[in-house]
Amino acid sequence: MPHLWLLICLGSILLLSVLSIFVGVIDLTPMALLRDPEALQLLVVSRLPRTAAAVLTGCSMAVSGQIMQILVRNKFVEPISAGTGQAAALGILLSVLLFPAAGLAVKMSLAAVTALLGTLGFLALVQRLPPTEPLLVPLVGLVYGGILGAVMVFIAYQADLIQYIDVWMLGEFSGVMRGRYELLWLAGIAAFVSYLIADQFAILGLGRDMSLSLGLNHRQVMAMGLLCVSLVSALTVVTVGMLPFVGLIIPNLISRHLGDNLRVTLPVTALLGGVFVLGCDILARVVRHPYEVPVGTIFGVLGTLAFLWLIYARPRHA
Amino acid sequence: MIRIRNVGHQIAGQSILQGVDLDIPQGGLTALVGPNGAGKSTLLSLVARLQTLQSGQIEINGRDLGQISHGDLAQLLAILPQVLTSTHRISVQDLVGFGRYPYSRGRLGPKDREIIADVLESFELQEIKHRFLDTLSGGQRQRAYTAMAWAQDTEYLLLDEPLNNLDIAASRSLMSRLKTLAAQQGRTIVIVLHDINYAAGYADHIVAMKAGRVETAGPPAEVVSEAFLRAVFDTDARVILEEERPLVVV
Repeated sequence: MPHLWLLICLGSILLLSVLSIFVGVIDLTPMALLRDPEALQLLVVSRLPRTAAAVLTGCSMAVSGQIMQILVRNKFVEPISAGTGQAAALGILLSVLLFPAAGLAVKMSLAAVTALLGTLGFLALVQRLPPTEPLLVPLVGLVYGGILGAVMVFIAYQADLIQYIDVWMLGEFSGVMRGRYELLWLAGIAAFVSYLIADQFAILGLGRDMSLSLGLNHRQVMAMGLLCVSLVSALTVVTVGMLPFVGLIIPNLISRHLGDNLRVTLPVTALLGGVFVLGCDILARVVRHPYEVPVGTIFGVLGTLAFLWLIYARPRHA
Repeated sequence: MIRIRNVGHQIAGQSILQGVDLDIPQGGLTALVGPNGAGKSTLLSLVARLQTLQSGQIEINGRDLGQISHGDLAQLLAILPQVLTSTHRISVQDLVGFGRYPYSRGRLGPKDREIIADVLESFELQEIKHRFLDTLSGGQRQRAYTAMAWAQDTEYLLLDEPLNNLDIAASRSLMSRLKTLAAQQGRTIVIVLHDINYAAGYADHIVAMKAGRVETAGPPAEVVSEAFLRAVFDTDARVILEEERPLVVV
């Protein structure tokens, strides 16, 4: 069963990638690629990077969502709406204010640090919530993320940077070009590294006491998870902006159908995340052709529906 | 043998354990009984190092507990905590496989697979091995978790109230399975129980705790009496003898 899913996802990614390469404002046909050097240029500079960015973002965010859910031990959270994403954006804003001349690497590093702090803050909050009320966790996450977001908007307003922050608040891929998306490969690597210790994350999901009894280095695995979640969030927010819900819907869908043995399911989660984001991005490009709808808007619509479905369809096993 | 000397524990300024001295003998089933809040679970979690020892000393097989590495401890002692609600959807077989983590570090070898198959067999989980935990009944889930702890193949196994939420059939079957397996494989099981009759009926050794101290310890026939119930549980209940085992009339 997981193998079938894996094959279907892989096939869909290939298919959608081909589609993604040939869908856009400028017509591009397979024949033109062979004859026209400008068409080839378009492919290499814009279409291929955009396709890769969507796939990488989807894969790494689905994985980081899954890991966040294990760290918090609640299936209804994901980094982008529970404070990690907002904290990362806050970090970018601070780096713009404090080190205006600094490059992408500095922005990215500061974003990773604030994302880490933001996630730690959320974990500290969640530990004080009664375990009998699992739905409090995502609600507190939304409020917490909202507060961090408000702090950012306030600072941006004071510094006259409101238009600037929109770029990170509403994620989209239209700005992706060669030379401006490569950081996302790091996010992909972070996701792959967490797959290497998937067993340990699966055991972590059994809870602190059980994982200690099994001889797991609980603190170390928690730290690895935090690092992965913060890095992926920071990298994606810096390069394409906040894309909510991917980290929520995909892991839950996989969990429901294939279970939570991460060694088996994590690759499927990653690939399905890629399929979902790439598919939404293509949709964003064709819905109002030749104009584009931000892909975050499409996520918002689909994600809200999916979130409601998740809450109402399975309250018992929350 | 587990040697506990002068162990004290405080949580938020409140004394949970004080001056606990206890030897848990090697082999067989030791039942930890006592009223709610007596400190049974805390003592168990200190022995399993789920909480840091605040004062006193605990030795396992002559080695100081604090000196044993994570990896070594997981091959020597396993604990099954009380609350087994997990949001995780794991199949029974995979869960039992996690029990091999201290040896396999996630890469199951042929010996691990053999042990997993054995444990699934002896805990009668073969037929439900592909089911997810959240689709099981309370009794089946408890059995699956116990099987996981069993697969850890440790000399000592600590179980915190495994009979919670189990009906009489599931309780009896789990207790007799544990007793048989412990005897067959020469393992030591320490089990927190609420029902004195299960302790008297299955344990080789009873340890009674009250208000953070050990009240009495010994074989069931010597420990369980009407005076004992009054002293430890503050209740007047009749105790009769049934095939030389004490039985509390509730």
